[in-house]
Amino acid sequence: MRKTWLSILALLLVTGVLLAGCGTKNASGPGIFNMNLSSDPPSLDPALAQDSVSFVVLTGLYEGLTRKDAEGNTIPGVAEKWDISGDKKTYTFHLRHDAKWSNGDPVTAHDFEYAWKRVLDPNLNPASPYAYQLYYIKNAQNYNMAADNPDHISDPNQVGVKALDDYTLQVELENPTPYFLSITSFWTLFPVHQSAKSNPAWASKAETMITNGAFKMASWKHGNAIDLVPNENYYAKGEVKLKKVHFYMVNNASTEMMMFHTGQLSFAGFPTGEIPAEQIGKLKEINKDELHIQPTAGTYYYAFNLTKQPFDNLNIRKALTMAIDRQLIVDKVTKGGQVPAYGFVPPSIQGDGQMFREQYPDTGLLSEDIAQAKQLLAQGLKEEGLASFPPVTLTINDGAGHKQVAEALADMWRKNLGIEVQIQTQEWKVFLQNRTSLNYDIARAGWSADYNDPMTFIDMYTSTSGNNDLGFKNPQYDALVKQAYASSDQQQRMQLMDQAEQILVKDNMAILPVYYYSGVYMVQQNVQGLEMDYQGQIDFTRASVQ
Amino acid sequence: MKDSRTLTLTKEMFKRLSFRPPGETIAGDSVPMWRDVLRRLVTNKLAMSGVVFLVLLGVMAIIGPMISPHDYFTNNLDRTNEPPSADYWFGTDNLGRDLFSRLWMGARISLVVGLAAAAIDLIFGVIYGGIMGYAGGRTDEMMNKVSEILYSIPYLLVVILLLVVMEPSMWTIILALSVTGWINMSWIVRGQIKQLKNQEYVLAARSMGASGARMLFKHLIPNTLGPIIVTLTLTVPSAIFSEAFLSFLGLGVQSPAASWGTMINDSLAGWTLFPWQMMFPAALLCLTMLAFNVFGDGLRDAFDPKLKK
Amino acid sequence: MVRYWGGKLVSVIISLFVLATATFFLMKAIPGDPFTSEKAVPPEVKAKLMAFYGLDKPIWEQYLIYLKKLIHLDLGTSMKSQYQTVSSIITDSFGYSLRLGIFAIIVSVIVGVGLGVVAAMYHRKAIDGIAMVIAVLGVSIPNFVLASMTQYLFGYKLQWFQVAGLNGPFDYVLPVLALAALPIAYIARLTRSTMLEVLNAEYIKTAKAKGLKRSVTIVRHALRNGILPVVTYVGPMTANILTGSVVVERIFGIPGLGKYFVDSVSNRDYTLIMGITLFYAVILMLARLLTDLLYGLVDPRIGLRSRKGASS
Repeated sequence: MRKTWLSILALLLVTGVLLAGCGTKNASGPGIFNMNLSSDPPSLDPALAQDSVSFVVLTGLYEGLTRKDAEGNTIPGVAEKWDISGDKKTYTFHLRHDAKWSNGDPVTAHDFEYAWKRVLDPNLNPASPYAYQLYYIKNAQNYNMAADNPDHISDPNQVGVKALDDYTLQVELENPTPYFLSITSFWTLFPVHQSAKSNPAWASKAETMITNGAFKMASWKHGNAIDLVPNENYYAKGEVKLKKVHFYMVNNASTEMMMFHTGQLSFAGFPTGEIPAEQIGKLKEINKDELHIQPTAGTYYYAFNLTKQPFDNLNIRKALTMAIDRQLIVDKVTKGGQVPAYGFVPPSIQGDGQMFREQYPDTGLLSEDIAQAKQLLAQGLKEEGLASFPPVTLTINDGAGHKQVAEALADMWRKNLGIEVQIQTQEWKVFLQNRTSLNYDIARAGWSADYNDPMTFIDMYTSTSGNNDLGFKNPQYDALVKQAYASSDQQQRMQLMDQAEQILVKDNMAILPVYYYSGVYMVQQNVQGLEMDYQGQIDFTRASVQ
Repeated sequence: MKDSRTLTLTKEMFKRLSFRPPGETIAGDSVPMWRDVLRRLVTNKLAMSGVVFLVLLGVMAIIGPMISPHDYFTNNLDRTNEPPSADYWFGTDNLGRDLFSRLWMGARISLVVGLAAAAIDLIFGVIYGGIMGYAGGRTDEMMNKVSEILYSIPYLLVVILLLVVMEPSMWTIILALSVTGWINMSWIVRGQIKQLKNQEYVLAARSMGASGARMLFKHLIPNTLGPIIVTLTLTVPSAIFSEAFLSFLGLGVQSPAASWGTMINDSLAGWTLFPWQMMFPAALLCLTMLAFNVFGDGLRDAFDPKLKK
Repeated sequence: MVRYWGGKLVSVIISLFVLATATFFLMKAIPGDPFTSEKAVPPEVKAKLMAFYGLDKPIWEQYLIYLKKLIHLDLGTSMKSQYQTVSSIITDSFGYSLRLGIFAIIVSVIVGVGLGVVAAMYHRKAIDGIAMVIAVLGVSIPNFVLASMTQYLFGYKLQWFQVAGLNGPFDYVLPVLALAALPIAYIARLTRSTMLEVLNAEYIKTAKAKGLKRSVTIVRHALRNGILPVVTYVGPMTANILTGSVVVERIFGIPGLGKYFVDSVSNRDYTLIMGITLFYAVILMLARLLTDLLYGLVDPRIGLRSRKGASS
């Protein structure tokens, strides 16, 4: 009996040791850029990608018609130069002749035409979730619709994108869209190699991925790691100094911090990781050369359910919005260099020749005033025929410090207005479902820019928008947005959008802005040439590691 | 005493005994047994120190939040993450809330969650496991399969669904913890009973005509008390941890209320900088477990005096 | 014998079927779908996605389609990770959980039984106290706290081990410690408690009276009987360690199956939820089977049961 036991144990031990033996060490050193993605990219097909994790990897693998520099300006990518017609509805892109795919094939205008029409193809399976990023193109939306829709256009040749020759791409737009050029660096508009036609699963394995960016994929161990190496066919390979990019997938903020401190990571934090708010204060002292804080184009706010008592009342909404101290929240709770928000459009969004917020400051939209808030609350309750403030619930989702912000706000309301607000944490998708179906009182919300124009914020609260989960319906607002869509005059557009924002925030207080997002990240001092754009998207293609 | 030889037998000296059915009831009365257990328990110093600690903890959970100058929910954003001081005895958390009050409020929730979940596990687990082990054969197979299937249903799905269907509250969490929590206990009991079932005293009792339920609850289960108590003392911490794990996923007790689990969890991001935020709830949790354990040991020894050398 | 194992197999299949059914309807009852996201997908795109994954059909039809595929051992493809089959995700990631789990189980049994036996032999002496303090610490510290602390101390401060990853043999030390702490404590207490009972049993006293050496008595007689509850526990423990390592995996950045399971639930990745649930159930059943077999091995009286089953 004893022997049996011993032999079983011995067998188990041997198996264990043998199994543990396999595996390789990942070194950090000169020329190797190590970064944490936190999770496996769900898809590296530009048509199907829809999250910031995929985008980081795609940035290394692909290059669109244009790129972004550190200031957020559009600079030439695969397109050397471009012409814009007088009515601003036709764009002609001239492609460089030396752009090549990682297998040596030339990158042509046909590849872009193929890639874009593929995104819009109503029969692409699974369908592209970001196809609407191409709806600015003429007939794109109608072509993308399901075949049984009466507005459906079945002929792909009617879509306003056409390769005039191998190196000239012509794009016709539905409306003059001043920010269209900035969208051409967005991942949905990356080119796709035509080998994708015969292999729909091409983007799930390193071996079948043919890409045109600064790097190509060396290996993809799902859920574990991705390795990129320089693409020797890249037209600007001289500018690429890294020898290898290694992506970890560790989903834990404090582990990521320790990996950074022990030198396992060259980069930590935003956009794919997280620096714990508690540690930022200390990091500012001891790691001030590594720590970076940068505003990113996003707004953190609370949504009021306008269809339900008590928040169908304007004065009650105003009272709650005015009775909090945003500066205190930013300084003491979130601590990551966020900026108090009094409007909806964040400061890093461009307007007409200057930042939108510089031209139309948010200070006029709402002010913090406890005395007035108390008055408004009393008045609002009277209007509603309520003797006291009814029990309401503030709904948040789990994760990333939402609880702290909610607790701080609830405490401010308790102290300043004498009202009790219950906080309820919900699982992410349950939360989203409840918010969409207006099954809440106040709910946390956040929105970040898809492109560098105030419209990416403003048009989400039109009555027909799929993202409008406030129950906000205002014909005047809808009209302003429609006018701005049709206008090609930047000055006029900005004015219209400013008016719309005033209706949303100042006149209706449909949302409760809290702060504008910032990105907190750490970079080792031996890393140079890393760029982060207005959205907080990181570009490591020109970086170097000593 | 009188000399027995001078004793004359009179009718008054005899009393008619009540009729006792043959068999099983020969076993001693339960009242003296309990008194016996209690006596042995009281003399066990280690076990009693555990009891004293638990009583103190209970008292502090009730009065703790009252004796602190601060309540458990008011933020003081100017004094966040402060170490223990004369003003804030156990320091403050990341919103400047008094950790002393929060700790005792947390004790209320953690203790209720742990004890309630353990009680439910005990009742369901022992009955179910006892029946499985005792009945054997087909019944055992069937019941075992049912518990296996229940155990395999993803716990996360059950929890999320419960929280959607019911209002999130402490009781929902207790229910969620109990849905599958009792199964482990039932397996332990089943294994023990199977082993005991064929022992001589059980066979003896059976041959004396004891009923199934009586066999189970009078003979078999009391003799598995050792493993049951050990399992039970571990159920309390595991329920407290499970609650913390649910908080880890954002499904735990709703703020501003906190349990020890949520407090430890919230402190994890910054515990290297503000160790007291984790140390106090973690230390209290450890001590509570220690108390449950020594108490459990003492209880088992008291039930089974032959273990005492 | 054939009939015995045949019967076992049938009952396993029935259990899996019931489980699949329960999980399927449970998961469909939860709000949200794989395509719910902060930035709402346009309705027409969403309709196409739902149609592509067959989620537009009535729920019973979806269920029948799933069962039909399942009969052909086809677990389908993930709805979140494009073009990755559920079986490839499971085989890739379970490798990590398995390696970690095997180590943790071995360590738990050896250390746990060792501590328990020593504690029982030196009942109420200092060694007993020390062993039980270790056991109590094991159950008192939540594994995410233990994992974070050891990671900080040995990975970050002293830099003896890598902070994260599972690349060399030394990378196993910290996660295994975190996984094994609770089972060690549990087994130690269980062993001690039953050993104490057994050591007082008549046959041990007889053995002692016969003049057998103490160590021989312990190993040959007491341990064999005292280990029974541990054997009962090894089954669930194996299942628990293999299926419940999610927190440890997350902290040490190990791409194991636990991580995928939690993610699949929050992503509503239906095929992956089903796949991992069924896979876990099979592991659990194997673990139970292992328990029964070990039981028979350790206690021949109980072994009779299976032989009886075989002849009936």
